[in-house]
Amino acid sequence: MTVRDAHPSPPPLSRAERGVTSRAAILVAILVFALFLLPWVAGKYPVYLAMQILILAVFSVGFNLLFGYTGLLSFGQAGFFAVGAYGCAKILLAVPNLLLGIAGGVVAAGVAAFLLGILSVRHTRIYFSMLTLAFGMMIFSIAWKWRDYTGGDDGLVGIPRAPLEIPGLLSISVAAMDRYYYVVLVLSLLAIAAMHRLVHSPLGLTLQAVRDSETRAQFAGVPVRKYRLVAFTIAGLYAGLAGALLPPLENTVTPPIAHWTMSAEPVLATLMGGIHSFAGPIVGSLLFFVIKDVAMRFTEYWLIVFGVIVVAMVMRFPNGVMSFFEHRQRPAPIPGTVRTEGEGGKSART
Amino acid sequence: MENFAFQGLIGLSLAMYLWLISAGLTIIFGVLKVVNFAHGSLFMVGAYLAYTFYGQLGLPFGLAVLLSLLGTGALGFVMERGFLRRIYQVDEAYQLLLTFGFILILDDAVKIIWGGVFKIPPIPAFLDGSWPVLGRAFPVYNAFVIAVGLLVAVLLWVMFDRTWWGRIVRATASDREMANAIGINVPWVFSAVFAFGAMLAALGGAIGIPVRVVAPGIGATMIIQAFIITVIGGLGNLKGAFISSLIVGVLSAYGTLFFPVFELFFIFVIMAVVLLVRPQGLFAR
Repeated sequence: MTVRDAHPSPPPLSRAERGVTSRAAILVAILVFALFLLPWVAGKYPVYLAMQILILAVFSVGFNLLFGYTGLLSFGQAGFFAVGAYGCAKILLAVPNLLLGIAGGVVAAGVAAFLLGILSVRHTRIYFSMLTLAFGMMIFSIAWKWRDYTGGDDGLVGIPRAPLEIPGLLSISVAAMDRYYYVVLVLSLLAIAAMHRLVHSPLGLTLQAVRDSETRAQFAGVPVRKYRLVAFTIAGLYAGLAGALLPPLENTVTPPIAHWTMSAEPVLATLMGGIHSFAGPIVGSLLFFVIKDVAMRFTEYWLIVFGVIVVAMVMRFPNGVMSFFEHRQRPAPIPGTVRTEGEGGKSART
Repeated sequence: MENFAFQGLIGLSLAMYLWLISAGLTIIFGVLKVVNFAHGSLFMVGAYLAYTFYGQLGLPFGLAVLLSLLGTGALGFVMERGFLRRIYQVDEAYQLLLTFGFILILDDAVKIIWGGVFKIPPIPAFLDGSWPVLGRAFPVYNAFVIAVGLLVAVLLWVMFDRTWWGRIVRATASDREMANAIGINVPWVFSAVFAFGAMLAALGGAIGIPVRVVAPGIGATMIIQAFIITVIGGLGNLKGAFISSLIVGVLSAYGTLFFPVFELFFIFVIMAVVLLVRPQGLFAR
């Protein structure tokens, strides 16, 4: 069997589906246009909020490649987010070059995700979740305790919003919030567009095949573990990019961004938006900050609002908000429904 | 040398505390196959209830702990009956997410009811003071935790191994369909076990109040410790949880003595290594 055979090709779209697709494309174009205009029409706070939403969207889109598309629920993504953030911060403190800082953060997170991924994808289901939780908390404890390098619980402070610079070619100052917004916007849109291509590529379809039935995918000649590792590494890169965009915005990084409770943010956003839709995590990120913002105006206890939403979502709408907009109701496969053999769960007993 | 032995005793009391907070988690997983993320929040609720009965209403400490167990058990019962029960048929990821939703709700509910400030109730007279052990002062409270931990271990062992109830629960744990077929009321066993696990979480929280601060967010730290213990012992393995509590408790007592900086890091390394090498736990039969 050749490698080509292992990749299912996408089914041709029906006329109705093409109609939906082009309407969606128009909607996306309008939205992107509006995002580019935002600093002209809105004040500082909405621009700041938009950056937070974009960063969470990148984080969640990466997370959902792992959860929604590959069927692996990671509770350690905050670890890679933190590697990206600390990596970028360390570079910017040494060399004030924004692109270098962000690229460094992304690469560091990607390497960390690849190395820890080799170990993590040996498991699926609950053991995978526990393992990623342990790895994420390992990174947290490094950030928290290794004072000489990470600043301990004080974190790193005074991180410059360094200029966008290619030596000898150009140097643009992005110190103003409005300018930095465009950096975040462009990078986020590029990352999201790349992910859109990825999930519709043979690679993305293969990941879904692995999710739906590991056994069948194996019979079709798919090296399941290798594909899971690819998904894990890409999710780590996205977490790293999201993390790397944060320190120039906030001028500081602190250990709580690596804590497991932070790993829950993309989980919440994705769950609210819908795990079976590409736009789900993005819509969810928007909802996350809008609900947080509105709830915070009325009460300091905004987390309880999220708790109620999560419980309601899980009980009633496990496919998220996006399920209201989808014309075609798919028999939504749930990640990891297929029981895998050889897991430790079978021998565990009371 | 005496210093070494004394630190071991401190480690033992830490171990018994870890045992109390992880026993309920592992029992719930063993029977229901649900990883209860909200276990830490139930622990927190237990601590706050005990604080109310003991610190605010002035009831005797023992009675306050008992009432806190009952209250938290009732809460656990509602969580299982009203919510978890309806999603057993869907993927376990959703059960995890549901219990995560409960964390958010309970953490803020506690802040709303009791406020965000730390509470430190006075230590009960009979637990105050210390005994001379190995030439140093060993707090009576630590001895009390060791006693409660051992008592709970014996009670659980008798309950699961020697009683009719225990046999029913074990039968349900090993094969719920077969248990159902031979006439065991499986849904009731599930509710009872979940409520019981919640009570064990509350016990850890309640007896901790005289020495640990009662504050919102204590659940998030505690659940991680409980996860570590349960994973090392094997998810659902009660005896394993007891042994791994002993190991982690004693190790971290020495850990803080010899290499305080990386204690936390090493414990997560141990957790990851166990998951990779022996996911069924170190002490699986």
